[in-house]
Amino acid sequence: MTTRRNFLRGALAATGAIVGAGSTASVQARETYSVPPEGLGLLYDATLCIGCKACVAACKEANNNPPEFSTVDKLWDTPLDTSGYTFNLIKMYRSGTMETKDAENNGYAFMKTSCMHCADPSCVSACPVSAMIKNPTNGIVEYNPDKCIGCRYCVAACPFGIPKYQYDSPTGEIGKCELCRHRHKDGHYSACAEVCPTGATLFGKTSVLLEEAKRRLALKPGSVTTYPRGHLRHGQLKALLGEPEGKGRMERTGWKDEPNQNYEGEVGNYQQHVYGEKEYGGTQVLKLSGVPFEKVGMPKLPPYSSAATSETIQHSLYGGLLMPIAVLGALTWVAKRNVKPEDEEGGQS
Amino acid sequence: MSTHSSSHVHAKPAPVGGPLFNAVTLISGVLILTMAVILLVRFVYGLGSVTALNDGYPWGIWIAVDVVIGSAFACGGFSVAMLVYIFNKGEYHPLVRPALLASLLGYTLAGVGVIFDLGRWWNVWNMFWPGSVNPNSVMFEVAVCITAYIMVMWIEFAPTFFEKFGMDNAKRKLSKFMFAIIALGTLLPMMHQSSLGTLLVVMGEQVHPLWQTPTLPALYLLSAITMGYAVVLFESCLASAAYRRSIEMHLLTPLAKVMLGMLAAFLILRLGDLVVRGALPRAFGLSLEAVFFWLEMLCFIAPFFVIGSAANRRNPAKLFVAGILLMLGGALLRLNGFLIAYQPVIGVETSGVNFSYFPTLPELLVTVGMFAIEVFAYIVITRRFPVLPREEVKPA
Repeated sequence: MTTRRNFLRGALAATGAIVGAGSTASVQARETYSVPPEGLGLLYDATLCIGCKACVAACKEANNNPPEFSTVDKLWDTPLDTSGYTFNLIKMYRSGTMETKDAENNGYAFMKTSCMHCADPSCVSACPVSAMIKNPTNGIVEYNPDKCIGCRYCVAACPFGIPKYQYDSPTGEIGKCELCRHRHKDGHYSACAEVCPTGATLFGKTSVLLEEAKRRLALKPGSVTTYPRGHLRHGQLKALLGEPEGKGRMERTGWKDEPNQNYEGEVGNYQQHVYGEKEYGGTQVLKLSGVPFEKVGMPKLPPYSSAATSETIQHSLYGGLLMPIAVLGALTWVAKRNVKPEDEEGGQS
Repeated sequence: MSTHSSSHVHAKPAPVGGPLFNAVTLISGVLILTMAVILLVRFVYGLGSVTALNDGYPWGIWIAVDVVIGSAFACGGFSVAMLVYIFNKGEYHPLVRPALLASLLGYTLAGVGVIFDLGRWWNVWNMFWPGSVNPNSVMFEVAVCITAYIMVMWIEFAPTFFEKFGMDNAKRKLSKFMFAIIALGTLLPMMHQSSLGTLLVVMGEQVHPLWQTPTLPALYLLSAITMGYAVVLFESCLASAAYRRSIEMHLLTPLAKVMLGMLAAFLILRLGDLVVRGALPRAFGLSLEAVFFWLEMLCFIAPFFVIGSAANRRNPAKLFVAGILLMLGGALLRLNGFLIAYQPVIGVETSGVNFSYFPTLPELLVTVGMFAIEVFAYIVITRRFPVLPREEVKPA
């Protein structure tokens, strides 16, 4: 990290020197942001996923998206990847004979593909018109088509390949998961978590979901434990951890009430890694898996965000417009000396 | 009359004259019409109807070639103006106006070309709307800077029109603050040409390590200035041949030396960066990226062999070749970063998803059409407006 920053600083100093400002501007590295305390997200546990794709259908319905076909008969919604019309997809990992679930060799596994709601999202940094913003309270990465100019820089920037553009329309929009924020006001939460029959996808505060993920990683594979479903609240987590329900951590009110849907299940053979805890500075969607994450399509990412690197460069060069103004001043002074009023551009001498 | 000294006596620019209808303008016209038809389809049916863009490759040649490479090719005006007015090399003065014209056309078209690629172009005003702008966005900086520079260049070039239409008063008034316009016209391309490189930084791991580095802004700026001189060499040779004028060798020979100096600075930074980051080993191996890296390197290094010696720099054919090589090198640096080295996120390897991009014919024809507009406008303007230095003696 330090080496990287030092190198960055050197590189910027070089640029500054070339630009000619004598690189007096101090280079302040912009740190990667963290998940906001009230950040909302999902916990996807691949060992609990049965591949029923109820979440894919629910997502389509909640976001009013049309089906997409990849088979000849065009009977079912069968997208092969997320798209401008598919914000959530369960993909399948296959190996050899595919005998054992969640086994890397001769096994199979599922993986959810949807927006990770990064703590420091590249798409938000990239968007020139603030059409992609991160909600300062709940951290949802929100899209506003009324501002979007359709440049697709967010598409190119995302390390997870999430925002997608609708190329088949003259008025195409960017499509991506927004955690069903349009349903929150009615007390509903993310449709994928709401319908998930096994609790493989849970909705909740990222801080709560992270504790639950760590609880699972600490369990002995093959033992039996209690799994929650739907919306995991702080109180339920405390019960799962066998702790008294602490005070002072108020849940956002207004979520709809649900009956207890907990069930007993066998503990899977987890990779000891909560994907999204550290990746890119953290993401609000967290993942657990039995198969190494890279095999199930989750990229290996550094603990810092490229948005931080990019903004460090931009603000070192253009922060407060100090450097451009200094350079302009110097250029104007020199040009005034070398250009006489009679010297119309390109004219005779 | 004189700017910096009477030691530089230059021929006044004058219209070349001659017919506007010839084989070149006719072909250009056909290409421009073809482009117009394709764009009509694009705006009625969407980007997917004419381009090969897909969920893995959101940017194609309309961005990488028309905008990123196109605007770098249009750096001649900036590079030469910097030499003349900032480094006070008045002897290069006759090169300013033709170089500026090419830049003006190149940038204006790059700016217009962006609109073709914008999926929601009617919202583009948000780019300049205080309630919408995002100063953290590299693209915001690029867009604002390029827009400002296009306007600055039209002002810089305005005396040409004033002369043509006899607006002496306007010309005199403008000349009083031309120095400020020139200063701004030097600063703005420095800002956005470097930022065009910074555009790639936020893409992080998706860009191959041979092209993903925090030195991108410096690399893009240095190469853009170098390309600016290369374009001037190329253009001067071409214009001289096409209009049967004598080549300004007394200017191009020393200019080529300046260009090699900039090129050397670029190469030192480029290779030094690869070594420091430990990315150089990635250039050795059989991959598309490695092949394109060496192609790019070849184009950047070859000019030293072509015009490295003073004798060779007096040979117009060699200057022409070196100019083309450098333009190719700079173009490859950009094409590589934005397309060849861009690796989309695929997800689960065994899910059968694989992305590829190769431009469609209509997509290519739009790019060709954009260059055709440039050629067409260059011919019309140089034949009818005072841009190129007046020829004292018409060569046979």
